[in-house]
Amino acid sequence: MENKQPSFYEEVRGDGISRKDFLKFCATMAAFLGLESSGIGQIVKALETKPRLPVIWFHFQECTCCSESFIRASHPIVANIVLDKISLDYQETLMAASGFQAEEAYKSVMAKHPGEYIVMVEGSIPIENEAYCCIGGRSALQILEEAVKNAKAVVAWGNCASAGCVQAASPNPTGAQPVHKVISGKPVINVQGCPPIADVMAGVVVHLLTFDRIPQLDELGRPKAFYSRRVHDTCYRRANFDAGLFVESFDDEGAKRGYCLYKMGCKGPVTYNSCGIIKWNDGISYPIQSGHPCIGCSEAGFWDNGPFYQHLPSIAGFGIETTADKIGLGLGVATAVGIAGHAIVTNIRKHREITNAPEPSSESETPKVL
Amino acid sequence: MRIRSIPMREVHVWEFPVRLYHWINALCITTLCITGFLIGNPLAFMKGTEAYLNYWFGTVRFIHFVSAFTFFFNFIFRIYWGFVGNEFSRWYNFIPLKRCQWKEIMDVIKVDVLQVTNKQIDSIGHNSLASLIYFITFLIFLLQCLTGFGMYSAMSNAFLPKLFAWIVPFLGGDMHVRQIHHILMWGFILFAFVHVYLVFYHDYIERRGVTSSMIGGWKFIEEDVIERHENKSEDCPKT
Repeated sequence: MENKQPSFYEEVRGDGISRKDFLKFCATMAAFLGLESSGIGQIVKALETKPRLPVIWFHFQECTCCSESFIRASHPIVANIVLDKISLDYQETLMAASGFQAEEAYKSVMAKHPGEYIVMVEGSIPIENEAYCCIGGRSALQILEEAVKNAKAVVAWGNCASAGCVQAASPNPTGAQPVHKVISGKPVINVQGCPPIADVMAGVVVHLLTFDRIPQLDELGRPKAFYSRRVHDTCYRRANFDAGLFVESFDDEGAKRGYCLYKMGCKGPVTYNSCGIIKWNDGISYPIQSGHPCIGCSEAGFWDNGPFYQHLPSIAGFGIETTADKIGLGLGVATAVGIAGHAIVTNIRKHREITNAPEPSSESETPKVL
Repeated sequence: MRIRSIPMREVHVWEFPVRLYHWINALCITTLCITGFLIGNPLAFMKGTEAYLNYWFGTVRFIHFVSAFTFFFNFIFRIYWGFVGNEFSRWYNFIPLKRCQWKEIMDVIKVDVLQVTNKQIDSIGHNSLASLIYFITFLIFLLQCLTGFGMYSAMSNAFLPKLFAWIVPFLGGDMHVRQIHHILMWGFILFAFVHVYLVFYHDYIERRGVTSSMIGGWKFIEEDVIERHENKSEDCPKT
């Protein structure tokens, strides 16, 4: 009995959380995951009975904002579920162990739970020169490849691990790559965002725990429950968009009235996330509600599709802040000049054709131009 | 008074379906470009009103989508007509696979683009260079449909747009798809300018009535050209 892993429920009860709060958490998660009401029972049962999930959590090229997002989750169970209650045997930021002990910790997880543990990754992996990110004398790529070999699944937290984020932005000096580009043969769940919403992270973990399989993913590997709709489609300012009411500067009347931020460069129409529904900081607000356009942080390459405050992105290779419209207009002018030149030459040619045409019988002078 | 007497005959070049396609296409492209521009950079002409009282931008987008569907099916119809229509509308005119087509492309560049030589171009329908340009515009049509329906698929459960949903992850997200869609729109605009100019140019120089041919379908063609056209060897498409 000594070695039996306590279940998640036993853990949170031990921390003084009431059964009522526990059930509230389960119901919230079921709603986030889009389950029917019977799903709540499944979650309750799983969290009550199943042993904790063995997890190895790596930090590669990143800023730790994914972990920060999690720590800041105000609902205690949400934070607990990843930080305390899953068997987080190796987490570079939070674990007490260091050096040899830390290395031992994650090796023991791999040895004890082959095929069962989950690898969670924050950060991108440098490929151009692996030396840019080394831990304990080994490169990020070597560590990841070894850990993934016997893993059940891989969770890529945030934009870095899912799409490379700022490190992979042009010119990408380290050759940073997201997790799914460097490993193969294992399911990778891309939990997008910079950082992802804490409740979304918890939702993914609860899903893994409850159903023992990865959630339904979209074509880009993101859980459909959270990333199937655009920020734009769930935006409470959407009515202003359809009405054609736009903010044109941050201090104009439209901004005060809460008009649509489309013209301020809002990337909501091209960004898939649940900010508009789950919101941030325990559902208090999200960027658009606070009057700021969405920057599209859960989309691949959002750094290279800037500026943030401009609707149409700049085009790389044409200098900073050159949009397709400026280039198009330039080409339009060039075309007009070409047409004008061509028309002049055409008229000279036509004139010659007329004057050189043989004049049958008639001797009249002054040829009429057609 | 200058009078020319050139033996000419009228040739029925553009069948009614081709002409119908052309004008529906022209209308759609004009509508799509105007509404597309507005969608990319909407006019914020309304202030101090409430959202529930207005819907003009939604209407602009609705017009864009309806025109897009019309454009798409019109395009599909034209591809079909490329297999069943008359010799001037057939698909093989548009893809220069034959040596004589390339020869004519070089001729057209010399005669009509650079205007360094003065020689008659025999084509009764499109000349080979024009056909090649139309083939490129067909490819742009296709890309525009792919990117457009790809973006549209996120807000639709209909069968047709869902067929294009794969294009978004393929291109790495909506941001890239939207950018490509916007750049290609400029291809349409530049094409339209040059196209209209060249119609005027050819009518002006060749005097075969090319402008009205897209209304009535008939062109005036010199008899010797028709004769050469009918004697052309089989290995070269009769254009």
